[in-house]
Amino acid sequence: MILADGIWHQVFAFDHYGELLALVRNSLIAGAALGLVGGLAGVFVILRDLPFAVHGISELSFAGASAALLLGTNIVAGSIVGSLLAAGAIGALGTRARDRNSAIGILMPFGLGLGVLFLALYKGRAANKFGLLTGQIVAVDTPQTAWLLGTSALVLAALVVLWRPLTFASADPDVAAARGVPVRGLSFAFMIVLGLAVALSVQVVGALLVLTLVVTPAAAAGRVTASPVLLPLLSVVFAVASIEGGILLALGSSVPISPYVTTISFGIYAICRLAGTFRARHWGARTVTAQPA
Amino acid sequence: MRQQTATLAPRARRGGAGTALIGLRGAALSYGAHTVWQDLQLDVHPGEFVAVLGPNGSGKSSLVRALLGRQPLSAGTLTVLGRTPREAARHIGYVPQQAEVSAQALLRARDLVRFGIDGHRFGPRLRSGAARRRVDEILEAVGASAYADVPLGMLSGGERQRVRIGQALATDPRILLCDEPLVSLDLHHQRAVTELIDARRRSHDTAVVFVTHEINPVLDLVDRVLYLAPGGHRVGTPDEVLTSESLSRLYGTQVDVVRVRGRIVVVGVPDEPATPPHHAPDQEGARP
Repeated sequence: MILADGIWHQVFAFDHYGELLALVRNSLIAGAALGLVGGLAGVFVILRDLPFAVHGISELSFAGASAALLLGTNIVAGSIVGSLLAAGAIGALGTRARDRNSAIGILMPFGLGLGVLFLALYKGRAANKFGLLTGQIVAVDTPQTAWLLGTSALVLAALVVLWRPLTFASADPDVAAARGVPVRGLSFAFMIVLGLAVALSVQVVGALLVLTLVVTPAAAAGRVTASPVLLPLLSVVFAVASIEGGILLALGSSVPISPYVTTISFGIYAICRLAGTFRARHWGARTVTAQPA
Repeated sequence: MRQQTATLAPRARRGGAGTALIGLRGAALSYGAHTVWQDLQLDVHPGEFVAVLGPNGSGKSSLVRALLGRQPLSAGTLTVLGRTPREAARHIGYVPQQAEVSAQALLRARDLVRFGIDGHRFGPRLRSGAARRRVDEILEAVGASAYADVPLGMLSGGERQRVRIGQALATDPRILLCDEPLVSLDLHHQRAVTELIDARRRSHDTAVVFVTHEINPVLDLVDRVLYLAPGGHRVGTPDEVLTSESLSRLYGTQVDVVRVRGRIVVVGVPDEPATPPHHAPDQEGARP
């Protein structure tokens, strides 16, 4: 019992909560931006079937960040460089899903290996190392926040411009190409946008758990709606709720932030999935009644 | 089921016979050393219904890609509305082969039609009221209003094909290019889909290029046939092209064409060449 109690207090602790809250102000701001970017990018990750690419990019992003840590330069910048290299390579190597997946499978362990090497060479605080993989909340200082917000703004602007043709090209590539939509160009452009979004998420939830921000919320939203307005909106709400909820719960504890974020995110998905089966039954019923054989 | 015709904004374009919408001159297409078709001459006029027939691997799909400007010819010229196919792409209403739409559950019938109107434009969507009303009109015209808000993945093949036709009509096309639009549809839906296409042709003088492996569902509508075969091709009315003599010449072997109760049955077509199959397996029975 005592042991269980001890674990409970490590996982959930809310002593001196007010003072701690002030420490993570930057993280909360960054979290909101990440939720927005991750939730929106996630919609296309689901539409284009790219979850594996997200994982691959995040490993390279981790390598970039650990290189930056070793060299003592800006970690966000390092992580962005790693991400963009990976996203560019994946975008250039294959447009067909099968080619793409093997390209990612080849890149991913290489990136992870490089990251491990850089971290092994790094002699600084161990918490910094661990944080890149599993996330951290107080690591976000003011200059980093500026980087995060600036990059988020860039990603959002790109998504606003690309949204319509990107949706067309993602959901209906054949007809989009026939209408003169630059399907290949958009595919590459989205990989770059995705690379930036992943690099941002790595900062807060860590390289191993980026999927929880970039895939799960959009997948959850897709379970309950097919509306092109509601889908991104819900996806963003879910992503922001996961990350901000995670930060607030993780605050007093000695456990990294990621389990909180992933658990909330997964919980939302589970609920949406349940709700979605009822929805599907409703749609299914319509198909039967509208077709009197 | 209600019978709806696609009479949207009736403004008939009565083009003279001289103004061909599609012009192929000495056109050839080859992949490396393999020539798919060559020396193809074809004019398609406003309001004309041209069926493209032929066995698998005879270059029907390549022709579609060429008409859409996605496949350059290896010889000859192709003009669409007097321009290059790529420049004319937005005047072509394209109905693709039935394929699974990726991530279908995230797209409603209404959204697919909407793509046809402004899906290709960059930037945020401003003042969308008119476009939304147009989508409703089109869905009504193709008889798809009842399932406008249902995800595509939950529609039957026939329902989805109605929506596809709606999407193609949304561009207000001068040419409808349909690639095997009847595959895997039952007779009832085959008729519904061909009626929608024919109605558009009559109301707007839209030219129809209809790729199919099965002529019978559209036999009454077809003005001319382009028959692509491994040994060459032939253009003409169904009565000229779909004869024992003409098909025997195309295939280089004895092929018999029989007319039974207004249907055409082709017997003796040799096994299709060993090319990668890109069509659904043919249904048994009347295959030209």
